[in-house]
Formats: sequence, structure tokens, C-alpha cells
Amino acid sequence: MSSFGKMPSFSLPFTMGKYRTVFFLALFLIIALSPSCKDRPKAVNSTGLENSTGEPAYGDSLIEGTIGEPSILIPMLAGDSASHSVAGLIFNGLVKYDTDLSVIGDLAESWDISPDGLVITFHLRKGVKWADGVEFTADDVMFGYKTIIDEKTPTAYSEDFRQVKKAEVLDRHTFRVTYEKPFAPALTSWGNLAILPGHLLEGKDITKSDLGRNPVGMGPYRLRKWAAGQELVLDSYHDYFEGRPYIDHYIYRVIPDSATMFLELQAGGIDMMGLTPIQYTKQTNTVFFRKNFQKFRYPTFAYTHMAFNLRHPFFKDKRVRQAIGYAIDKSEIVDVVLFGLGTPATGPYVPNTWPYNPDVKKYEYNPEKAKQLLKEAGWEDTDGDGILDKDGNPFKFTILTNMGNTLRKNTATIIQWRLEKIGIKVDIRALEWSAFINNFIDKKRFEAVLLGWSIGLDPDQYDIWHSSKTKEKEFNFISYSNPEVDELLEKGRRTFDIEERKKAYFRIQEILADELPYIFLYVPDATPIVHARFKGIKPSPIGISYNLPKWYVPEKLQRHRMEP
Amino acid sequence: MVLYLAKRLLEMIPTLLGITLISFFIIHLAPGKPTDILTELNPKITPEARERLEKIYGLDKPVIVQYGLWLKRIVRLDFGESFSTDRRPVMEKIWDRKQPLLDRRLFITFMLNLLSMVIIFLVAIPIGITSATHQNTLYDRITTTGVFIGFAMPSFWLALLLMMLFGVYLDLLPISGLKSMNYDSLSVAGRIWDRLSHLILPVFVSSFGGLAGLSRYMRSNMLEVIRQDYVTVARAKGLPENEVIYRHAFRNALLPIITLLGLSVPGLIGGSVIFENIFGIPGMGQLFYMSVMTRDYTMIMGILTIGAILTLLGNLLADLGYMLADPRIRTK
Repeated sequence: MSSFGKMPSFSLPFTMGKYRTVFFLALFLIIALSPSCKDRPKAVNSTGLENSTGEPAYGDSLIEGTIGEPSILIPMLAGDSASHSVAGLIFNGLVKYDTDLSVIGDLAESWDISPDGLVITFHLRKGVKWADGVEFTADDVMFGYKTIIDEKTPTAYSEDFRQVKKAEVLDRHTFRVTYEKPFAPALTSWGNLAILPGHLLEGKDITKSDLGRNPVGMGPYRLRKWAAGQELVLDSYHDYFEGRPYIDHYIYRVIPDSATMFLELQAGGIDMMGLTPIQYTKQTNTVFFRKNFQKFRYPTFAYTHMAFNLRHPFFKDKRVRQAIGYAIDKSEIVDVVLFGLGTPATGPYVPNTWPYNPDVKKYEYNPEKAKQLLKEAGWEDTDGDGILDKDGNPFKFTILTNMGNTLRKNTATIIQWRLEKIGIKVDIRALEWSAFINNFIDKKRFEAVLLGWSIGLDPDQYDIWHSSKTKEKEFNFISYSNPEVDELLEKGRRTFDIEERKKAYFRIQEILADELPYIFLYVPDATPIVHARFKGIKPSPIGISYNLPKWYVPEKLQRHRMEP
Repeated sequence: MVLYLAKRLLEMIPTLLGITLISFFIIHLAPGKPTDILTELNPKITPEARERLEKIYGLDKPVIVQYGLWLKRIVRLDFGESFSTDRRPVMEKIWDRKQPLLDRRLFITFMLNLLSMVIIFLVAIPIGITSATHQNTLYDRITTTGVFIGFAMPSFWLALLLMMLFGVYLDLLPISGLKSMNYDSLSVAGRIWDRLSHLILPVFVSSFGGLAGLSRYMRSNMLEVIRQDYVTVARAKGLPENEVIYRHAFRNALLPIITLLGLSVPGLIGGSVIFENIFGIPGMGQLFYMSVMTRDYTMIMGILTIGAILTLLGNLLADLGYMLADPRIRTK
């Protein structure tokens, strides 16, 4: 006989117990009365922080907040971006991208490409030492190559290297690869292969090796401590071949919740994080943040799009796709969903990079034109219910997207509203990632999907657009097929001549903009924030962290000192 | 007694087998595979590469064969290797012997849950009793409203408010994590305070939310007991009210709490994902959530099996506790 029946009702909503009332009142007052963090005593050395440049000096620590924890620090075995980003500070490839997206040497000093494009000879840096003191040689490169193409290595990155017909070590510092056919992404693929210490791994099972948690590399930093679920502490490598990094410690701190991370940023628990659009435009727009932090903004190598299933009767007709293109206002989506932190996309490349063609057909928002095109295609509202129909079928379809991505959900909602205005009824369904991919994308059971692609720095997109890539689990899941595009894709990956490639990719973008198999929506911006005491940050199209070893904190602004 | 125990323990074996079998099939029924993290929407992967990967993980065999292999290992108490890309042994991820005790996942979750459970019991039981003895008074209403506010308030929201207040504005307590950056350079006393100060907010938030259940339960038990004849008798023979309540009524009202205690044993090692994420605590909840999202079958099975064993043991302990506490049950 419980007393729930007799339970006193909540007739006294504000008598919560003396102390609690006081406590909550205090809590709410403090929060309500502090619209922004004003100058708090904790703000270190805030006077003149933004102006003083100071001389580069060694010391201090950079603490970066991350949502995900790395899983393994051997890049070829890792699948998550956190692992790659930490491993990138420890290991090197043979080549890397410069800030203008041209290719420059990393572990390779120079390279020769034979005139037919089939043979690449790398001349490696001499006198570079692994963190354990052993010298780096061409055998390490050979070891990395052999490991990545080994059947027993669970890697997702071996395909580029399976194109290699022959790999040879010519001498201690010369490595040569020969290809069956000219393969334009070949050179940059050698930047993706992180060279592993062959002398430590030779003859061992790489998956059983300790190296994934205790890596030995040649990069600017080396791992000192890894507290699972908490932090990774990296120390600078004084013998780094491009010079000792200024910042002594790089700490990668795992904070799975972005609201908590933002509070840590204000409290001084972290120095650097990626901001969400609302944090970037509103929450950091205060005196406190302007004084103590520097914000950056640059386009990411990714775009969000709505893809049509081209086998679906509605979307077979080009005019219908174009009509939807005219009915969606891309700049509205950028303004509302991203708070303006992005660029409307016109094709599958990022604006201001060399493969990007700025002069393709753009679909300015024009609902009248959309209606007219639909009418031409036979879609009219004959029964007066506000929804277009054709042969008795109403124009209704579902946009699928993955669960947990608010940006995509909001984008889909705006599209839904815009299409309703021209008489198309849209439903939105968000699905758990695995179910979405396995049951819907792979089986081609969808009408339209809202997704994003991360694109590499090389413009080759053979797998996404070529008509041979439409089988289950392949990436042309919309069944796009255009013989001219097929030919251009083939041409683009078979020549090293950048002007030739540019021509091919420019033409592909023109065709895609006309046929509109995807509605290219937007390229989001990356919006990192870094504490103002860090100097020497030079924003570029490839981001800010490419020159991390050159960042520094002037001596009098240094904050963290760690006992070695 | 020994016979009873042996019988109960033997009964647990088929139950456990059933639990693992069903769990194993259910997680394999869920769409997706552990290899997805490497292959999904990765344009650089070919069907051959996908097959190679699945073969490496043994996913090309029928599910029943995979279960057999898993069972064969588990009877030797070998939980196998995690299917995530790091391929570490499951047990090492739960209980890493290379890390200090305070940094092992299972220990972190266990310690936090134990602390908040102790606090819940210490606070909720007196609240329950006193609000029963002062039924329908202002005090009763205040405590009732208070515990229900704790129950109804979303813990992530309360956590964020407290972090803002104590971490950012007042700068008294750390916001997240388990220890500070300069932990290694602190003195012993400093280290202890550092650890404790990181625990204050999480333990407060989780116990505040848990007060309602137990205190209401205690209150209704107590109300029931103090209406019994023997309490009236105790009062009639002139015992002081305190003695009546705390000697005679309290003990009897406590009996059903034993069940609650027994059932909370498995809860001690299962963490809450939202809670751990907010406070950046590397506990079991995070680990389990991540392993479900990446379809890390061996890891999921490892945690489920340990959870199942603890649930069964908790039930057994509750029954034993009853036998110890209540002579009527003992004789049956």
C-alpha cells in the first residue's frame, strides 16, 4: 500500500527546501547576471596578449580538445580521424602537400618521374634518424610498401599501392616504383603511406605489435604517455629533421562532449578546439574571447549534397532534378544551418582549389522556373490537393540521412519546406549509420539521400562517378552513367600534366552541373580556435596545423611548465 | 545451505549460456560489421579488400560457428581480442594492468558508482524514514519535491550548469576528467585533493538524481510497517517513539531494500554514457557505447557476459541476504 495516492501534490512549487532554494537561486542568478565571461582573474597575461609578438622561444604546452580518442597510432591500420591526426605528428610520408596544394618533399628530398609517367624514383633524405637512433633508409620504405599490400594486414588503404607493378630499393637512399599504367594519384599516394620503422617490425605480426600504442617515428613529436580515455601526451623530438619544434608538449585531451569542451576552453583546461557554427558566431563573440583567443576559418575538403536515386522513375528525368535545383536556396541553407560558415557548392570540388571550375551552371533560387520545368516534365497538380501529380502518382519522396548529424537534419528540413512550396511532399528519415549504409544505400533502397563526401586533395573521383562503380558496396550508388564522364575520369587519372587534368575535371563539372545527379549543397568551413599566446600560425587552404612545429609562445607568455 | 548454494550456482550455467547465445545472435543481426569503420564510404576500398578484411576478423564463417569459437575461448576465461582497429585484448581494455589502478576503466566506473550509491543510501534512507514519520507535513512535502526535482532534472543539464558555476565562474572545481594536467608534479596530499575535487560534481549529480527512487521506496515501506499491530503494541507498552521507529519498525522496513541492493550489483560496473561523456570520464559506459557503435563484437560480448554474471550473482546475494535477515524465509 504505497502512499502515492496521498502524496502531497506539487502545490508549493517554490519551497524546495531551504538550502536548495538558496542554492538554485544563486545558481540561476549568477548565470542570468553574467551574459558573458568578463575579465576573470584566471585569464593569464591577458594584457597586450594579442599585440605582443615576442621572439620565438622553446617551451610551453599546447592542449587540444578532441571528441574522439585515437584507437591505434599505426596509420595504415587506423580508421578514425583522431588516430590519423595524432599519428601525423609522429610519422611521416615520402611527400606532402604545400599550402598551395602542390606536392613537396617530406622524407623524400626529390623525385623523378619518367616521361611516360610509369616510373617514379624517390631520393630520400640522408641522415634522418628514427626516435630510437637508428638511421632511416630505403629499406623502411620498402617495408612499409610490403606491409600495406600484405594480405594479412587489415588495412583499408592498400588500393593505390596495388597499382604498383614493381618496387625496388636502388641503394640506401633511393627507392623506385614502376606502374602498369600511368596513375596520376600515384605520387601523392606516397604521402599517405606513413613510413614505419622496419627494423622494429621486421618479421612480426603488425596487429600484435606494441607500436600502435608506443610508436617510434621521425616526426616532430613522440608519444610519452597515453592514459586511455583521458589524454595523450606528446613531447617534442629535438632531432626532428626540420628543426626542433618550439612547443615542448602537445597534449591531446579527450572530452567527448562538445559543451563540456567549450567550458574547459573558457576555464583554461584546453588551448585549442574546433568550434560549432553557433559557438563561432555567437558564443565566442565576447570581449573575453577576443582578448584571449584567435579564431580561424577556412573551407574543409568536404561537401554536403542531396543525391537522387537515378533509377527511381521520378528522378530519371533531368528536368525534375533541375527543377529541384532551382527550388532550393543554397545560400539560405548556409546562412541558417551553418550561420554563414560555409560556401554554396557548385560541384564536387572545393572553391579556390585548382580543379574547381567557377563557371558552371548555377541554380539561383527560382521557384517559378522550377514549376515550369516540372510542368514540362508532366508534373501538375490536377486534383488540387497542393501536391503535384503525374499519371495519378503524387510527387512524394523521402530524404534519408544518418542519425545524430544535426546539420544534415536541419538542411533536410529546409529542403522539405522549400519543396513543399512548389508542390513536392518530402518526408525525412534519419537512420543509424550502419543500418543506413547496409540496408538502404548498398541495396539502393532510397529515393534521395542527404550525405557528405570528404574529398582527398587529389581530384580523382573515379569511384564516385564512373558507371562501372554501381555494384553493391560501391560508391556510385545513385547509378550515374555518362560515357563522356567515364572517358574524362579515365583521362584525368592517366596523365600527370596538370593542365590536361584540369581540362578534364572542368568538363566533368560542367556536365554534372547540367545533369545534376546530386544537388551540391555546401562546403562547410572548419572553425578552430586557439589561445592567443600561440604565435606563428599561418592559415592556408590546407588548414592551420600543417606548420604546428613552427608555432611558438613568447617566453613571457608561457603558461604550462611540465616536469620532464 | 551448501547444497542450496551449489544448486543455485549450477542453475546459473544454463541461464548464462542462454543469455550469451541470444546476445551473440542479436548483435550479429544488427546491420553493420566491425570492419565498417575501415570500409564504409571509403572510395579507396575494393570488394576484394573488403573480403580480405572480413576474413581476417573471421566474419566469413556462419554465425553459429563464430559463437562456437567464442564459447570455446570463453570457457577458458579468454575474452579474446577487441575487433576495433587497435586489436587489444578485451580484458586489457576493461582492466589494463599496465595502468595504475585508479586509471583502469572498470575501477573508475566501480568507484564512482559505489561512491554515489553509498551517498544515495546514506541520504535517501533517513529522508524516507523521516518523511514517513512526518507524513503530510511541510517537511514531507519539501523533501518529496526535492527528490523529485532531482529525479526529473536531466542530469546532463544539471551537470553543465554546475560546471559553469563551479568551473568557469567561481573557478573552484575542475570541469571534467579525472585529474589535472599537473597531477604528476603534485604532492601526495595535493594528488588526493586533485582526485577528490574531480569527483565532487559527478558524484553529486549522479546521487542527486538517484535519491527519489530509494527514498520513496523507504517511505512507503516505513508507512506500511508503522501501521502494523506490533508497532502499536510497542507503542502501547510505553516504548519511547525513537525506539519504536528505529528498533522495531526500521529493521522490518529495511527488508525489501535488500532486493534493491542485490539488483544494483551489476549497475556498479555499468556506467552511463551521457553522464560519462559530459564529465569526460573514461568508464565502462563509454567503452560499451563505442563498441556497440563500431560493432566490436568481442568487446560487446565481453561486457555483456560480465554484466550477466554479476546480475545472476546479485540475485543470489539478495536471496542469501533475505535468508540472513528474515527467519521466515530461512526455514522454507
